[in-house]
Amino acid sequence: MFGFTRRSLVFAGLLTAAFAGPVAAEEAKLPVVASFSILGDVVARVGGERVAVTTLVGPNGDAHVWQPKPADARLVAEAKLVVINGFGFEGWMPKLAAAAGGKAPIVVATTGIAPRQAAEDDDHDAGKGHGHDHDKGGHDHGGLDPHAWQSVANVVAYVATIRDGLIAVDPGGRAVYEANAAAYRAELEALDAEVRAAVATIAKEKRRVITSHDAFGWFADAYGVEFLAPQGISTEGEATPKGVAKLIRQIKAEKITAVFVENMTDKRLLDRVAKETGVTIGGELYADALSPKGGPAPTYVDMVRHNVRLLTKAMAGV
Amino acid sequence: MIDALFDGLIAPFAEFEFMRRALVGAVVLAVAAAPVGVLLMLRRMSLTGDAMAHAILPGAAIGYLIAGLSLPAMTIGGLVAGVVVAIGASAVARASVLEEDATLAAFYLVSLALGVTIVSMRGSNVDLLHVLFGSVLALDDAGLMLIAGIATVTLVALAVILRPLVVETVDPSFLGSVSRTGPWVHFVFTGLVVLNLVGAFQALGTLLAVGLMMLPAASARLWVDDFTAMVALAVGFAVTAAVGGLIVAYHGELPAGPAIILAAGAIYVLSLFGGRRGLLGRLFGRRHLEA
Repeated sequence: MFGFTRRSLVFAGLLTAAFAGPVAAEEAKLPVVASFSILGDVVARVGGERVAVTTLVGPNGDAHVWQPKPADARLVAEAKLVVINGFGFEGWMPKLAAAAGGKAPIVVATTGIAPRQAAEDDDHDAGKGHGHDHDKGGHDHGGLDPHAWQSVANVVAYVATIRDGLIAVDPGGRAVYEANAAAYRAELEALDAEVRAAVATIAKEKRRVITSHDAFGWFADAYGVEFLAPQGISTEGEATPKGVAKLIRQIKAEKITAVFVENMTDKRLLDRVAKETGVTIGGELYADALSPKGGPAPTYVDMVRHNVRLLTKAMAGV
Repeated sequence: MIDALFDGLIAPFAEFEFMRRALVGAVVLAVAAAPVGVLLMLRRMSLTGDAMAHAILPGAAIGYLIAGLSLPAMTIGGLVAGVVVAIGASAVARASVLEEDATLAAFYLVSLALGVTIVSMRGSNVDLLHVLFGSVLALDDAGLMLIAGIATVTLVALAVILRPLVVETVDPSFLGSVSRTGPWVHFVFTGLVVLNLVGAFQALGTLLAVGLMMLPAASARLWVDDFTAMVALAVGFAVTAAVGGLIVAYHGELPAGPAIILAAGAIYVLSLFGGRRGLLGRLFGRRHLEA
């Protein structure tokens, strides 16, 4: 009897946390843990009313440097399903899952997606994708670029994987999950077309932008926009004077007009580069986290729209 | 020959404004930090700078909780926390049986733990230190003004309190017997240390701030005994390290802050062996006496 009461208390806490407001707890929802905010949004769309999604790394959090707290281990232990991105994005997940001792299956959203190599540090052809492995900084992607959600087509594949994962742990909800996934898929395909149309309005030679964190390789491959970075593939690591000098020379030589700062990197270095070259700063692209509710990118679809709007505006040089 | 010299030493600064700003920032910081470092060393407080780097965290974190990622709020918070820890530690040291190093260790450890707790209370996991601590390559106008202002305040304040400060350093009981300024001089000096550190962190990063303070001071001590000469030599070493480190970083593709500190470290190692008061100098001196 004791155990039952404690469990249901924890569960009630989970539900309130997930919805951040009073929710009429009609019947037990399926507790699902997603590793970070973007994935959490996708899972919530597929699961709909039947699941209660909690994200470990919240909005504006940086999954690269995130540290699990004891409360997070409890979330994982209580979950019926854990959804992660994969491609080495959540380097902390195996340890956390082992520590939590939960029996929930782990769904890797990028299952079935062909991996993409991360770009070399001072290689400016970020869009080409190279074969060799490298491992710099304290960042263990194993040379893979984990930011697969930057291509909308990949998220269509995420949706199918997550749908199958949900059906496996909750067969009773099959019809709901399939309907939700189909509706979301249609929405994502429209979004994909929208992005392509928006990029197509920009002249090819103008599709060259600079960001502070090299997180848009998938976007570059999918939509034909080239991204250059003043720093390496990590949010860690210090820039060298020579690297900054090369970048400034390159901006001047190639007449790049758009410079972006991501929502969590120190933007002072880019401010300096922008001042020195006369380019404008295009605003904040959301790369690996959503904004809090009320921000410019509270959901995945909003995030992609927000990024594309900023990108096209800056590339057009308006 | 001239061309090679120009390409090596002048061209990086002539071509890029960020290199000029880094040069000005590092040199100004060197001029202010080196004398403070000499006094810290003579007062046997060489590790204080490092401890203070951690002590400012809770103040910066509270500034962040109140105003978000606002550099003025976080700088003021850090300054307040640093001053509270430094002055609290020395006040407790003067009033109790504990020495200053023990009280400072206690204060900064509690302070650091408090800071980490406050940072993690706010769910968003932005790396606060990354935001709080700048890079010498990214100096904007506000950062340059801050460094220049702090250098000015430091040098003027040092000039005003230098006599009692030196007396207090050499013989605190003598100063206590002729005047009551002893504790005040110490507090003002500690305040200057915190001011230098917080300002320089924000503009340049931790390593650079503490490194340019202590390494030139220790190097200078290996050459001379006279206080004035020691300060002059420390400033010279610090400026040399700043300029040399930037040039080496540029050509060697190294991060600028560590390169400057490594240059200061190289000067220290040279002084350690070659200095008049260094290892070889002492050997030579002894033989000279025996002869």
